[in-house]
Amino acid sequence: MYKVKVYVTLRESVLDPQGTAVKGALHSLSYTEVKDVRIGKFMELVMEESGRDINELVREMCEKLLANPVIEDYRYEIEEAVAR
Amino acid sequence: MKFAVIVFPGSNCDVDMYHAIADELGEEVEYVWHDEDDLDRFDAILLPGGFSYGDYLRSGAIARFSKVMAAVKKAAEAGKPVLGVCNGFQILLEAGLLPGAMRRNQGLKFICRPVQLAVENNETMFTSAYEKGEVITIPIAHGEGNYYCDEQTLERLVENKQIVFRYHGENPNGSLMDIAGIVNERGNVLGMMPHPERAVDALLGSADGLKLFRSIVNYWRETHVVTA
Repeated sequence: MYKVKVYVTLRESVLDPQGTAVKGALHSLSYTEVKDVRIGKFMELVMEESGRDINELVREMCEKLLANPVIEDYRYEIEEAVAR
Repeated sequence: MKFAVIVFPGSNCDVDMYHAIADELGEEVEYVWHDEDDLDRFDAILLPGGFSYGDYLRSGAIARFSKVMAAVKKAAEAGKPVLGVCNGFQILLEAGLLPGAMRRNQGLKFICRPVQLAVENNETMFTSAYEKGEVITIPIAHGEGNYYCDEQTLERLVENKQIVFRYHGENPNGSLMDIAGIVNERGNVLGMMPHPERAVDALLGSADGLKLFRSIVNYWRETHVVTA
Protein backbone atom coordinates (compact mmCIF):
# COMPACT_ATOMS: atom_id res chain seq x y z
CA MET A 1 0.00 0.00 0.00
CA TYR A 2 1.15 3.48 -0.80
CA LYS A 3 0.08 6.84 0.44
CA VAL A 4 0.38 9.38 -2.35
CA LYS A 5 0.28 13.12 -1.65
CA VAL A 6 -0.64 15.21 -4.67
CA TYR A 7 -0.22 19.01 -4.75
CA VAL A 8 -1.92 20.99 -7.50
CA THR A 9 -1.26 24.70 -8.02
CA LEU A 10 -1.96 27.25 -10.73
CA ARG A 11 0.97 27.56 -13.13
CA GLU A 12 3.46 30.34 -12.48
CA SER A 13 2.33 32.14 -15.64
CA VAL A 14 -1.32 32.14 -14.54
CA LEU A 15 -2.47 34.90 -12.21
CA ASP A 16 -4.01 33.41 -9.06
CA PRO A 17 -6.92 35.66 -7.98
CA GLN A 18 -7.36 33.88 -4.64
CA GLY A 19 -3.66 34.06 -3.84
CA THR A 20 -3.61 37.74 -4.70
CA ALA A 21 -6.53 38.42 -2.35
CA VAL A 22 -4.91 36.46 0.49
CA LYS A 23 -1.62 38.30 -0.01
CA GLY A 24 -3.54 41.58 0.31
CA ALA A 25 -5.14 40.34 3.54
CA LEU A 26 -1.75 39.30 4.98
CA HIS A 27 -0.33 42.71 4.08
CA SER A 28 -3.23 44.41 5.82
CA LEU A 29 -2.29 42.35 8.90
CA SER A 30 1.14 43.97 8.44
CA TYR A 31 2.94 40.79 7.29
CA THR A 32 4.72 42.82 4.64
CA GLU A 33 7.38 40.10 4.36
CA VAL A 34 4.94 38.11 2.19
CA LYS A 35 5.86 38.61 -1.46
CA ASP A 36 3.59 36.06 -3.09
CA VAL A 37 0.79 33.65 -2.21
CA ARG A 38 -0.30 30.77 -4.43
CA ILE A 39 -3.33 28.75 -3.43
CA GLY A 40 -3.61 25.15 -4.51
CA LYS A 41 -5.11 21.79 -3.68
CA PHE A 42 -3.78 18.94 -1.63
CA MET A 43 -5.03 15.41 -2.24
CA GLU A 44 -4.15 12.20 -0.44
CA LEU A 45 -4.52 8.92 -2.28
CA VAL A 46 -4.19 5.48 -0.74
CA MET A 47 -3.19 3.01 -3.42
CA GLU A 48 -2.69 -0.71 -3.73
CA GLU A 49 0.13 -2.31 -5.62
CA SER A 50 -1.03 -3.56 -9.00
CA GLY A 51 2.16 -4.43 -10.82
CA ARG A 52 2.02 -1.14 -12.72
CA ASP A 53 4.68 1.45 -12.01
CA ILE A 54 3.32 3.71 -9.27
CA ASN A 55 4.97 6.84 -10.66
CA GLU A 56 3.51 6.22 -14.07
CA LEU A 57 0.05 5.64 -12.57
CA VAL A 58 0.12 8.81 -10.48
CA ARG A 59 1.33 10.95 -13.39
CA GLU A 60 -1.38 9.52 -15.61
CA MET A 61 -4.10 10.28 -13.06
CA CYS A 62 -2.78 13.80 -12.52
CA GLU A 63 -2.75 14.57 -16.21
CA LYS A 64 -6.12 13.01 -16.94
CA LEU A 65 -8.13 14.28 -14.00
CA LEU A 66 -6.47 15.60 -10.85
CA ALA A 67 -4.84 18.63 -12.53
CA ASN A 68 -5.79 20.62 -15.61
CA PRO A 69 -2.50 20.98 -17.53
CA VAL A 70 -3.76 24.12 -19.29
CA ILE A 71 -3.56 26.16 -16.08
CA GLU A 72 -2.23 23.90 -13.35
CA ASP A 73 1.04 22.24 -12.33
CA TYR A 74 1.25 19.24 -10.05
CA ARG A 75 3.82 17.48 -7.94
CA TYR A 76 3.51 14.45 -5.72
CA GLU A 77 5.20 12.44 -2.99
CA ILE A 78 4.89 8.71 -2.52
CA GLU A 79 5.10 7.19 0.93
CA GLU A 80 5.08 3.48 1.62
CA ALA A 81 2.22 3.10 4.02
CA VAL A 82 1.58 0.25 6.39
CA ALA A 83 -0.86 -2.35 5.09
CA ARG A 84 -4.50 -1.94 6.19
CA MET B 1 -35.23 19.81 -35.83
CA LYS B 2 -34.54 17.91 -32.62
CA PHE B 3 -32.47 19.23 -29.70
CA ALA B 4 -30.97 17.28 -26.80
CA VAL B 5 -30.55 18.91 -23.39
CA ILE B 6 -27.93 16.91 -21.51
CA VAL B 7 -28.64 16.58 -17.79
CA PHE B 8 -25.82 15.89 -15.34
CA PRO B 9 -26.26 15.46 -11.59
CA GLY B 10 -26.16 19.11 -10.51
CA SER B 11 -27.31 20.71 -13.77
CA ASN B 12 -29.77 23.49 -12.95
CA CYS B 13 -30.37 25.39 -16.18
CA ASP B 14 -31.68 22.36 -18.04
CA VAL B 15 -35.31 23.40 -17.56
CA ASP B 16 -34.64 26.94 -18.85
CA MET B 17 -32.90 25.45 -21.88
CA TYR B 18 -35.81 23.09 -22.53
CA HIS B 19 -38.30 25.96 -22.18
CA ALA B 20 -36.37 28.13 -24.64
CA ILE B 21 -36.44 25.40 -27.30
CA ALA B 22 -39.92 23.97 -26.71
CA ASP B 23 -41.92 27.11 -25.93
CA GLU B 24 -40.05 30.03 -27.47
CA LEU B 25 -38.47 28.37 -30.49
CA GLY B 26 -41.19 25.76 -31.03
CA GLU B 27 -38.80 22.94 -31.89
CA GLU B 28 -38.56 19.38 -30.61
CA VAL B 29 -36.44 18.88 -27.50
CA GLU B 30 -35.70 16.05 -25.12
CA TYR B 31 -33.78 15.71 -21.84
CA VAL B 32 -30.91 13.21 -22.00
CA TRP B 33 -29.50 11.79 -18.75
CA HIS B 34 -25.70 11.71 -18.48
CA ASP B 35 -25.42 7.93 -18.62
CA GLU B 36 -26.89 7.58 -22.12
CA ASP B 37 -24.42 6.77 -24.84
CA ASP B 38 -26.35 7.44 -28.04
CA LEU B 39 -27.22 10.89 -29.40
CA ASP B 40 -27.66 9.88 -33.04
CA ARG B 41 -31.36 10.83 -33.04
CA PHE B 42 -30.60 14.49 -32.29
CA ASP B 43 -29.65 17.32 -34.64
CA ALA B 44 -28.14 19.61 -32.00
CA ILE B 45 -26.74 19.09 -28.50
CA LEU B 46 -27.14 21.57 -25.61
CA LEU B 47 -25.07 21.38 -22.43
CA PRO B 48 -26.81 23.51 -19.82
CA GLY B 49 -25.43 25.46 -16.87
CA GLY B 50 -25.36 24.43 -13.25
CA PHE B 51 -22.91 22.73 -10.93
CA SER B 52 -22.37 19.26 -12.38
CA TYR B 53 -20.97 16.95 -9.71
CA GLY B 54 -20.99 19.88 -7.28
CA ASP B 55 -18.11 21.49 -9.21
CA TYR B 56 -15.87 19.11 -7.21
CA LEU B 57 -12.17 19.24 -8.12
CA ARG B 58 -12.76 21.77 -10.93
CA SER B 59 -15.91 22.92 -12.73
CA GLY B 60 -16.69 20.34 -15.39
CA ALA B 61 -13.74 18.08 -14.51
CA ILE B 62 -15.85 15.10 -13.49
CA ALA B 63 -18.76 15.59 -15.90
CA ARG B 64 -16.39 15.32 -18.85
CA PHE B 65 -15.93 11.62 -18.05
CA SER B 66 -19.69 10.91 -18.12
CA LYS B 67 -20.79 8.24 -20.55
CA VAL B 68 -22.76 10.77 -22.61
CA MET B 69 -19.63 12.84 -23.32
CA ALA B 70 -18.32 10.24 -25.79
CA ALA B 71 -21.57 10.70 -27.71
CA VAL B 72 -21.24 14.50 -27.49
CA LYS B 73 -17.74 14.19 -28.95
CA LYS B 74 -19.09 12.01 -31.74
CA ALA B 75 -21.84 14.56 -32.51
CA ALA B 76 -19.21 17.32 -32.59
CA GLU B 77 -17.06 15.30 -34.97
CA ALA B 78 -20.11 14.75 -37.18
CA GLY B 79 -20.44 18.54 -37.46
CA LYS B 80 -23.67 18.85 -35.46
CA PRO B 81 -24.16 22.08 -33.50
CA VAL B 82 -23.00 21.64 -29.89
CA LEU B 83 -23.69 24.51 -27.48
CA GLY B 84 -22.32 24.63 -23.93
CA VAL B 85 -23.55 27.41 -21.67
CA CYS B 86 -21.80 28.33 -18.41
CA ASN B 87 -21.05 24.96 -16.73
CA GLY B 88 -21.65 23.46 -20.18
CA PHE B 89 -18.82 25.66 -21.51
CA GLN B 90 -16.60 24.54 -18.61
CA ILE B 91 -17.33 20.90 -19.44
CA LEU B 92 -16.45 21.46 -23.13
CA LEU B 93 -13.13 23.01 -22.05
CA GLU B 94 -12.32 20.13 -19.69
CA ALA B 95 -13.27 17.65 -22.43
CA GLY B 96 -10.88 19.33 -24.85
CA LEU B 97 -13.65 20.11 -27.35
CA LEU B 98 -12.70 23.77 -26.92
CA PRO B 99 -9.25 25.18 -26.06
CA GLY B 100 -8.36 26.92 -22.79
CA ALA B 101 -9.54 26.78 -19.19
CA MET B 102 -11.51 28.79 -16.63
CA ARG B 103 -10.05 30.54 -13.62
CA ARG B 104 -11.91 31.94 -10.63
CA ASN B 105 -13.43 35.36 -11.41
CA GLN B 106 -10.90 38.15 -10.90
CA GLY B 107 -13.01 39.72 -8.13
CA LEU B 108 -13.50 36.25 -6.55
CA LYS B 109 -17.27 36.79 -6.37
CA PHE B 110 -20.04 34.82 -7.98
CA ILE B 111 -21.69 37.32 -10.35
CA CYS B 112 -25.34 37.06 -11.35
CA ARG B 113 -26.63 39.94 -13.50
CA PRO B 114 -27.31 40.98 -17.09
CA VAL B 115 -24.25 42.05 -19.08
CA GLN B 116 -23.69 43.49 -22.51
CA LEU B 117 -22.01 41.41 -25.19
CA ALA B 118 -20.73 42.36 -28.61
CA VAL B 119 -21.21 39.84 -31.41
CA GLU B 120 -17.66 39.53 -32.75
CA ASN B 121 -18.36 36.95 -35.39
CA ASN B 122 -21.81 36.65 -36.96
CA GLU B 123 -20.67 34.16 -39.57
CA THR B 124 -21.22 31.08 -37.43
CA MET B 125 -24.15 28.67 -37.28
CA PHE B 126 -24.92 30.13 -33.84
CA THR B 127 -24.85 33.84 -34.65
CA SER B 128 -26.00 34.33 -38.26
CA ALA B 129 -29.23 36.05 -37.12
CA TYR B 130 -27.22 38.81 -35.39
CA GLU B 131 -25.52 41.78 -37.02
CA LYS B 132 -21.75 41.95 -36.80
CA GLY B 133 -20.87 44.09 -33.78
CA GLU B 134 -24.44 44.00 -32.49
CA VAL B 135 -24.57 44.69 -28.75
CA ILE B 136 -26.92 42.38 -26.88
CA THR B 137 -27.98 41.95 -23.26
CA ILE B 138 -27.66 38.46 -21.77
CA PRO B 139 -27.42 37.47 -18.11
CA ILE B 140 -24.36 35.83 -16.57
CA ALA B 141 -24.28 33.70 -13.39
CA HIS B 142 -20.90 32.26 -12.56
CA GLY B 143 -17.97 32.22 -10.16
CA GLU B 144 -15.47 30.78 -12.61
CA GLY B 145 -15.76 32.49 -15.97
CA ASN B 146 -12.32 34.04 -16.16
CA TYR B 147 -11.25 32.53 -19.49
CA TYR B 148 -7.58 31.70 -19.95
CA CYS B 149 -5.46 30.18 -22.69
CA ASP B 150 -1.79 30.47 -23.67
CA GLU B 151 -0.61 33.10 -26.16
CA GLN B 152 -0.36 30.81 -29.18
CA THR B 153 -3.90 29.56 -28.58
CA LEU B 154 -5.16 33.13 -28.24
CA GLU B 155 -3.48 34.09 -31.52
CA ARG B 156 -5.13 31.16 -33.24
CA LEU B 157 -8.53 32.09 -31.77
CA VAL B 158 -8.17 35.61 -33.15
CA GLU B 159 -6.86 34.51 -36.56
CA ASN B 160 -9.61 31.94 -37.10
CA LYS B 161 -12.31 34.31 -35.83
CA GLN B 162 -13.17 31.81 -33.10
CA ILE B 163 -13.99 34.55 -30.59
CA VAL B 164 -17.73 34.87 -31.05
CA PHE B 165 -18.87 36.97 -28.09
CA ARG B 166 -16.93 39.56 -26.07
CA TYR B 167 -18.04 41.47 -23.00
CA HIS B 168 -18.96 44.99 -24.04
CA GLY B 169 -18.24 48.07 -21.94
CA GLU B 170 -17.07 46.23 -18.85
CA ASN B 171 -15.46 42.84 -18.33
CA PRO B 172 -17.14 41.23 -15.30
CA ASN B 173 -14.67 38.39 -14.62
CA GLY B 174 -11.24 39.32 -15.98
CA SER B 175 -11.31 36.93 -18.97
CA LEU B 176 -8.56 37.28 -21.58
CA MET B 177 -9.49 39.74 -24.33
CA ASP B 178 -12.96 40.10 -22.74
CA ILE B 179 -13.84 36.68 -24.11
CA ALA B 180 -17.40 35.58 -23.31
CA GLY B 181 -17.78 32.83 -25.93
CA ILE B 182 -15.66 30.89 -28.43
CA VAL B 183 -16.16 28.27 -31.13
CA ASN B 184 -13.89 25.40 -32.14
CA GLU B 185 -11.92 25.63 -35.40
CA ARG B 186 -14.65 23.94 -37.37
CA GLY B 187 -17.22 26.36 -35.95
CA ASN B 188 -19.82 23.83 -34.77
CA VAL B 189 -19.00 23.79 -31.05
CA LEU B 190 -19.80 27.00 -29.13
CA GLY B 191 -19.02 27.58 -25.47
CA MET B 192 -20.23 30.73 -23.72
CA MET B 193 -20.51 31.89 -20.11
CA PRO B 194 -23.63 34.12 -20.56
CA HIS B 195 -27.03 32.40 -20.59
CA PRO B 196 -28.93 32.95 -23.86
CA GLU B 197 -31.66 30.56 -22.63
CA ARG B 198 -32.47 33.04 -19.86
CA ALA B 199 -32.96 35.82 -22.41
CA VAL B 200 -35.71 34.53 -24.65
CA ASP B 201 -38.63 36.69 -23.57
CA ALA B 202 -38.85 40.48 -23.13
CA LEU B 203 -40.95 39.83 -20.01
CA LEU B 204 -37.84 38.35 -18.38
CA GLY B 205 -35.71 41.36 -19.24
CA SER B 206 -34.32 40.47 -22.65
CA ALA B 207 -35.12 38.39 -25.70
CA ASP B 208 -31.65 38.83 -27.22
CA GLY B 209 -30.75 35.17 -26.72
CA LEU B 210 -33.49 33.98 -29.03
CA LYS B 211 -31.54 34.88 -32.18
CA LEU B 212 -28.84 32.43 -31.15
CA PHE B 213 -31.28 29.54 -31.13
CA ARG B 214 -32.94 30.82 -34.32
CA SER B 215 -29.53 30.87 -36.02
CA ILE B 216 -29.06 27.18 -35.20
CA VAL B 217 -32.48 26.33 -36.65
CA ASN B 218 -31.83 28.43 -39.77
CA TYR B 219 -28.51 26.67 -40.27
CA TRP B 220 -30.11 23.27 -39.90
CA ARG B 221 -32.91 24.11 -42.36
CA GLU B 222 -30.44 25.41 -44.92
CA THR B 223 -28.41 22.23 -44.75
CA HIS B 224 -31.20 19.67 -44.32
CA VAL B 225 -34.35 20.88 -45.96
CA VAL B 226 -34.23 20.59 -49.73
CA THR B 227 -36.20 23.31 -51.40
CA ALA B 228 -37.51 22.64 -54.88
